[in-house]
Amino acid sequence: MKARVFITLKNGVLDPQGKAIQHALDGLGFKGVNDVRAGKLIELDLADGTSNSDIEEMCRKLLANTVIENFRIERLENA
Amino acid sequence: MKSAVIVFPGSNCDRDLAVALEEVTGRKPAMVWHRESELPDGVEFIGVPGGFSYGDYLRSGAMAARSPVMQAVRDAASRGVPVIGICNGFQVLTEAGMLPGALMRNAGLSFICRPVPLRVENSQSLFTAQYDSGEEIVFPVAHHDGNYQADETTLDRLEGEGRVAFRYIEPCNGSARNIAGILNDAGNVLGLMPHPERVIEPAHGGTDGRRLFEGLLETVNA
Repeated sequence: MKARVFITLKNGVLDPQGKAIQHALDGLGFKGVNDVRAGKLIELDLADGTSNSDIEEMCRKLLANTVIENFRIERLENA
Repeated sequence: MKSAVIVFPGSNCDRDLAVALEEVTGRKPAMVWHRESELPDGVEFIGVPGGFSYGDYLRSGAMAARSPVMQAVRDAASRGVPVIGICNGFQVLTEAGMLPGALMRNAGLSFICRPVPLRVENSQSLFTAQYDSGEEIVFPVAHHDGNYQADETTLDRLEGEGRVAFRYIEPCNGSARNIAGILNDAGNVLGLMPHPERVIEPAHGGTDGRRLFEGLLETVNA
């Protein structure tokens, strides 16, 4: 099975990369981009039967820094 | 003083720190590879050096913080052994949960490499006893991810408990409240982005970093 982990900055945490992307979009003439937040997508290829709590443990221990980041897990059972 | 410098794949200030320690203490530090699970017996000081451990993959310091040796560093710190994390070492200590907050990409997105003026905010710590409170000193910085962030409650607590050791005099990298270096609650773990080990002798262009190691040596020997 596969799982995707989406890692995003918590609300209120400054995102310099998001700001730079927003400025670049504006420079390209895309108006009306109110805000940009950049995150990470991590794809995991896992042994069948890996539990949600195992994946959450991976997120808390390494994949996300929960001081500044949130994570969301999406399981792709048939992938 | 018996010291140890932790070496990760991608560390690049480990030798600078070793030279500084040898120069000040008269004794070569043990260089401890990150796969080790124990530190040398009787170690009295641990340095987590700067560099780009694991290529800064995932987040700066993230993988290094989970290396086998870090459990030994954490145990030593809880016994009161002084630990300093410089630059990438500061990132490693925050990722390891030994210091609060996180170091994010510099606000201007640029890598910043230059001498910066700092204010010594707390001259009572193990690391800053040879400085005067409020003294202005200059250490070089060389980092991409030095933007210190923590929630307001944590920042207020750090300030209230005198745990902001060093502050940038001018905004440098976007750090909350211009924080350059902080102490843990017990006061024996210091993390800072600027590099004291790079200002040890006059040929470096300054010697303001020397007193940090001299003060530490004096405390440990006392």
